[in-house]
Amino acid sequence: MQVNVNGDAMQLPEGATVSILIEHLALSGKRLAVEVNEDIVPRSRHAEFQLNNGDRVEVVHAIGGG
Amino acid sequence: MTDTPEIVLPEDKPLEIAGKVYQSRLLVGTGKYRDLMETGHAIEASGAEIVTVAVRRTNLGQNPDEPNLLDVISPETYTILPNTAGCYTARDAVRTCKLARELLDGHDLVKLEVLGEEKTLYPNMTETLVAAEELIADGFKVMVYCSDDPLLAKRLEDMGCVAIMPLGAPIGSGLGIQNRYNIRLIVENASVPVLVDAGVGTASDATIAMELGCDGVLMNTAIAQAKDPIRMANAMRLAIESGRESYLAGRMPKKLYASASSPIDGTFF
Repeated sequence: MQVNVNGDAMQLPEGATVSILIEHLALSGKRLAVEVNEDIVPRSRHAEFQLNNGDRVEVVHAIGGG
Repeated sequence: MTDTPEIVLPEDKPLEIAGKVYQSRLLVGTGKYRDLMETGHAIEASGAEIVTVAVRRTNLGQNPDEPNLLDVISPETYTILPNTAGCYTARDAVRTCKLARELLDGHDLVKLEVLGEEKTLYPNMTETLVAAEELIADGFKVMVYCSDDPLLAKRLEDMGCVAIMPLGAPIGSGLGIQNRYNIRLIVENASVPVLVDAGVGTASDATIAMELGCDGVLMNTAIAQAKDPIRMANAMRLAIESGRESYLAGRMPKKLYASASSPIDGTFF
């Protein structure tokens, strides 16, 4: 299936969860926050939250700002 | 010989925001530094306890071992204040705050800023009011970047914002406090902390804000873009303390003409 991650199309296996996506992005263990279709997916639900074809995912972190 | 008694000044009430007490009245941003090491050193020199960060997309495909801002500015050491910089609508600002809360494990203190236009980055106050209402209803503790309009500042306070943060001048302009009268009026009317956010260019600007009775100052560019940011961070720390002391001391009245400091009586000429 195809999901959109941070504005880029990405192929993921059918039924992939948010945890699998994060692993795929080599971001496991990093301090980040995930939103799917503009709803927060809490860290505690990453392992169970299944993505669907066409989902829009945002993975964000903290950077310098004022 | 008798010992000179130590001079003890009456203690100042520390800054309190949303029930938490802070010793420093200087809040600093983390943007525009050369690198993370400089960021860390400057912030340490500033003595700030509250540090702002922005929330942005993770750069996919980056080196996974690249240090993260929050490794340098640890949430265990500092109170992290995520901002909504770059948001031009209430909707984007609320979304950013929700992501920030998730990012920081439920930490709900945020700096709300909804911008109106690129040239001045002046706050869009109608969108700011909408976002503030929604965020407060959702349990956020909102420190709000706003225009220096005393009536709007009061309204934001009445809505439940935990700190009012009028701009002194446009973000990153370094022009200093452009309307001291308005800042003063806002301070006089407020029962929550008032912090000048944006516009400070050099140490004397920060001192002026504090002498007007502000509870604190939030700045980024004035430190980060100084020739020596670490030294300027220290200067700002001193300027904030100095301005606060001066405010508490109460300045002498201004007079139009001279008044001799040395007595006239006893002159021998």
